[in-house]
Amino acid sequence: MSLDLYAEDLVANYEHPHNRKNMSDCDSSSHEYNTTCGDDITVYIKVKDGKISDISFDGSGCAISVGTASKLTDAIKGKSVSEIESLGFDFIVDLIGIDPGPARAKCATISLKALKHAVFIYEHKKPDSETERL
Amino acid sequence: MVNIDSEEIKKDFPIFESRKDGQRLVYLDSAATSQKPRAVINAISDYYSNYNANIHRGVYQIAERATEAYENSKKEMAKFLGAESYEELVYVRNTTEAINLVALSWGEKNISEGDHILISEMEHHSNLVPWILLAKRKKAVLDYIKVGEDYRLDQESLENGLEKNPKLVAITHASNVLGTINDVKSITKKAHDKGAVVLVDGAQSAPHMPVNLSDIGCDFYALSGHKMLGPTGIGALYGKREILEAMPPVIGGGDMIETVEFYSCTWNRIPWKFEAGTSNIEGGIGMTPAIQYLQKLGMENIFKHEVELTKYALDALAEIKNVETYGPDMKKNDHGGVISFSVNGVHPHDIASIFDNYNVAIRAGHHCAMPLVTQILRQSAVARMSFYIYNNKDDIDKAVEAINEVKRIFKK
Repeated sequence: MSLDLYAEDLVANYEHPHNRKNMSDCDSSSHEYNTTCGDDITVYIKVKDGKISDISFDGSGCAISVGTASKLTDAIKGKSVSEIESLGFDFIVDLIGIDPGPARAKCATISLKALKHAVFIYEHKKPDSETERL
Repeated sequence: MVNIDSEEIKKDFPIFESRKDGQRLVYLDSAATSQKPRAVINAISDYYSNYNANIHRGVYQIAERATEAYENSKKEMAKFLGAESYEELVYVRNTTEAINLVALSWGEKNISEGDHILISEMEHHSNLVPWILLAKRKKAVLDYIKVGEDYRLDQESLENGLEKNPKLVAITHASNVLGTINDVKSITKKAHDKGAVVLVDGAQSAPHMPVNLSDIGCDFYALSGHKMLGPTGIGALYGKREILEAMPPVIGGGDMIETVEFYSCTWNRIPWKFEAGTSNIEGGIGMTPAIQYLQKLGMENIFKHEVELTKYALDALAEIKNVETYGPDMKKNDHGGVISFSVNGVHPHDIASIFDNYNVAIRAGHHCAMPLVTQILRQSAVARMSFYIYNNKDDIDKAVEAINEVKRIFKK
């Protein structure tokens, strides 16, 4: 583990997360739980013309899971649902600027997994195997 | 009394020879598993290199030697624990399996609908889940001894639990989260007066303090070898002879029988009745040097050493703002070498990750005691440092340095 994982930017996103709210009028949502850290994240989305018009998350967890969820929700606004379907681990590495390593990978990907599940639910599709492995 | 010289002891453990980024491993997670001395590693290698054979079967020399080495380890362990005979020790995989064996054999036979089983709120899942399962199967009632605000067992709650005349009292000797050492001798006496059978979870006591089962008087005692310098996959269940003899076997197969006909069989003597199939021979053999190593140091000395380190660490942590610890005070000599802690506003897994950068290994999570951590401590997780013979004050200083880094990163 390198301390680079705890970049000031990520820690700031953990301390003051963006888009952290419950969204009762969302079009779809999905909840994920990470048993190792106890991270508990729900992602809510609104979709308009095939694109994410609004997104938020709620829940609690470690700095990696909450900080990444905050950054993810910022980055995802305006993206098309088909684009989100193809996002994987590499997207998270780009987003936080570092490979979190095997011990913390689940923390870093939990919000992406919840987002992708919410999208698949919206589209009445079954999640693909790559999403399930996140 | 011999002082524990941790620097000398470290030399007996190959893992401390390696360096990561120039830093030696600071291992503060012995409550999860201990490191292994060279003597244990060599004994296992010696068995496979020089006398590998199955036990209790062959009549050739290496088979006899293997059988003797395996059985001898039980004799060593019986002496170590103050058991009357090695026949009262069943080798199993670990504490969890030992307790499950009691639940599946003794419990199935002796627990009926409406019976009470008394355990405590500070139990590890290994001494909790088997009783939840048994209580469900038998429609029995599971009662809990409360943990008080001082992180000790609440005495009134214990008395109330005993008033219900439980059939079984199953209690941990030392908490893997709080470090609390329970007075299992007194609990056993009180429980026996009510006619209960008593099981003591010794996973965190056998490695760290003198244990004399004849003195404690409990009916069952469970331990894991890997927490006391031995290999993984070997543990022991102690049971009083007459109780073990009356218990039915749970797993059938080779070695646990006396005679087998096509439609019936008779059981082997204890402890073999409970050890079906080829045993973990290397595990048993590895326990002999582990126990000898501990005995050479002296369990009283080991306990004193760990208490001293715990005091030192608690004093250091008390100086740091925003750090909370969870465990009894050090006034009653009932707090072993475990400190659970948190840094306000920082998730314990982030603490453990930052510690890892200093090559300091600690554990973070619910420590397989979810009800205690989430409902009593009201935390989703806590960080934990635990001490053993190879730790010294320098290791704790390193941990304090890592905590200060946590505080710097999170501006706490």
